[in-house]
Amino acid sequence: MIFDTLIQLAYMVGALFIVLGIRKLGSPDTAKGGNIQAGIGMGIAIVAAMIAPMARGDNNYVWILGAMVVGGLIGWVSAKKVKMTAMPQMVSIFNGLGGATAVVLGMVELEHYYNGSPMNGGQLVVTLLALIIGGVSFTGSMLAYLKLDGKVKDKHVTFNGHSILNIILLLGMIGVAAYLYMQGQPGGMGLAVLVMIVSMIYGFSFVAPIGGADMPVVISLLNSFTGLSAAAAGLIYGSLVMIVGGIFVGAAGTILTVLMCNAMNRSLLSVVLGGFGGGAAAGAKAGVDGQIVKEIGLNDLAIQLYYSDSVIFVPGYGLAVAQAQKVLKELDDLLSENGVDVKYAIHPVAGRMPGHMNVLLAEADVPYPKLLDLEEANAGFGSTDVVVIVGANDVVNPAANDDPSSPIYGMPILEVLDAKATIVIKRSMSPGYAGIQNPLFFHDKNKMLFGDAKDVIGKIAGEVKGL
Amino acid sequence: MDTILTFFSSNIQMIYILLFTVILGFEIISKVPTVLHTPLMSGANAISGIVIIGAIILMRQAHSDDYFTLSLGAIGVVLGMINVIGGFAVTDRMLEMFKKKKK
Repeated sequence: MIFDTLIQLAYMVGALFIVLGIRKLGSPDTAKGGNIQAGIGMGIAIVAAMIAPMARGDNNYVWILGAMVVGGLIGWVSAKKVKMTAMPQMVSIFNGLGGATAVVLGMVELEHYYNGSPMNGGQLVVTLLALIIGGVSFTGSMLAYLKLDGKVKDKHVTFNGHSILNIILLLGMIGVAAYLYMQGQPGGMGLAVLVMIVSMIYGFSFVAPIGGADMPVVISLLNSFTGLSAAAAGLIYGSLVMIVGGIFVGAAGTILTVLMCNAMNRSLLSVVLGGFGGGAAAGAKAGVDGQIVKEIGLNDLAIQLYYSDSVIFVPGYGLAVAQAQKVLKELDDLLSENGVDVKYAIHPVAGRMPGHMNVLLAEADVPYPKLLDLEEANAGFGSTDVVVIVGANDVVNPAANDDPSSPIYGMPILEVLDAKATIVIKRSMSPGYAGIQNPLFFHDKNKMLFGDAKDVIGKIAGEVKGL
Repeated sequence: MDTILTFFSSNIQMIYILLFTVILGFEIISKVPTVLHTPLMSGANAISGIVIIGAIILMRQAHSDDYFTLSLGAIGVVLGMINVIGGFAVTDRMLEMFKKKKK
């Protein structure tokens, strides 16, 4: 009895550590400690689950510990090996595996149920919820990973009327689950497998039409799904720490999703139903062929930057891919030594996830005060001599302001054209991640410099040194 | 109507916990600066791996000759553990960069 209470207290302390740890993650000074604290909370909960007295069963510690070592090693090695640029993909995979765990739990519990284990109506409902939400999260996260990694392009997996298919699949999934529920114990495993398959197809199909710039929103949303499936699984086992942890992540993921949608001036519904990838015809107005872009040479740009009073860099995913953050910092140092005021403008959805650029620039030791958010940057462009856009595209696309036919119309952008001149450093003229053309490239104020960001910026720094 | 009332009266504590946890999640995240959104999402992702507790309980409750439950449970533990350990480790790596900068 006393031991039972101690276990319950341990679970409570674990949940408390997790919540307080996440709270500390919200401030740069305490973030690292917060992550460790949340990890300790998780550890306490896992140990408590290992030693808690069980009413039945044979403990099977060898199996469990073996599986924990295998999973722990895989997780540790992949987390240590992944490149900074691929972190969003990694998070998406990890998230999907959490969903898969919920699927496994749901399937095993249903198998026990059909083999005679008692389950009341409420338990059956939460088991189905864990199975369905976990399944959607699993395949959805895997497709999000493939899309982020560029292994699957939007056009491979979408077609006209996709949103109708999704609605049919969603209704079908709910219908099959409801049928299984009403069948009760005579139902049989075949139905459970069907529910699992339909939920997985739906997860895949749900993410398929959502493309490009909306992928961060999707990962955040799927993250909250995994949290909810964990909470549903927690209800199966009556585990408060799972319920609290799962619901907490579900709520946190949801609000993060909404914040990201707000940053892009889009509703969650339009993200989920529409998606940038589906609008193949969109952008036709902006993508007028035959327009001419002006190019600038390395030496000219070096001189222009050197004699400016103020320069703002706009980093994007291209910077991350090229790993150009360190050379960009070198160029920043050289210019700053010569009295140029250098800042960085960070769009909320620059890169592949919110905060992605901040992390990369922090890696290159760029100080916080140099990073401007959307509002600060837009207030500052008017008094800026040169804006250098490094591997960013959609977040500076003026079509968002003045072309109602553009799929990104209405999204707040960095108003770089307020500055005296803009330079775009880019590998080619190919459209950005949202798959649409950018009228900025053809603007009078703009000049292009084609090449790999790291290579080009390194050379500019060399030129500046020689001046 | 009766069923609904019974449901509420017998689960009232759980409903309290759910409500307050949801509010807690909303409040904590809404104050976070954009710069920390990616690490935060990653940290929240690690915590969704709490589902591993269920997999552990499932395996401990199984009979040692119930190979169906044990093998599927083991898969659940492996996947959940990847989510937990990988999630925290990736978050730590992201935050390492902020710490270095502070000096």
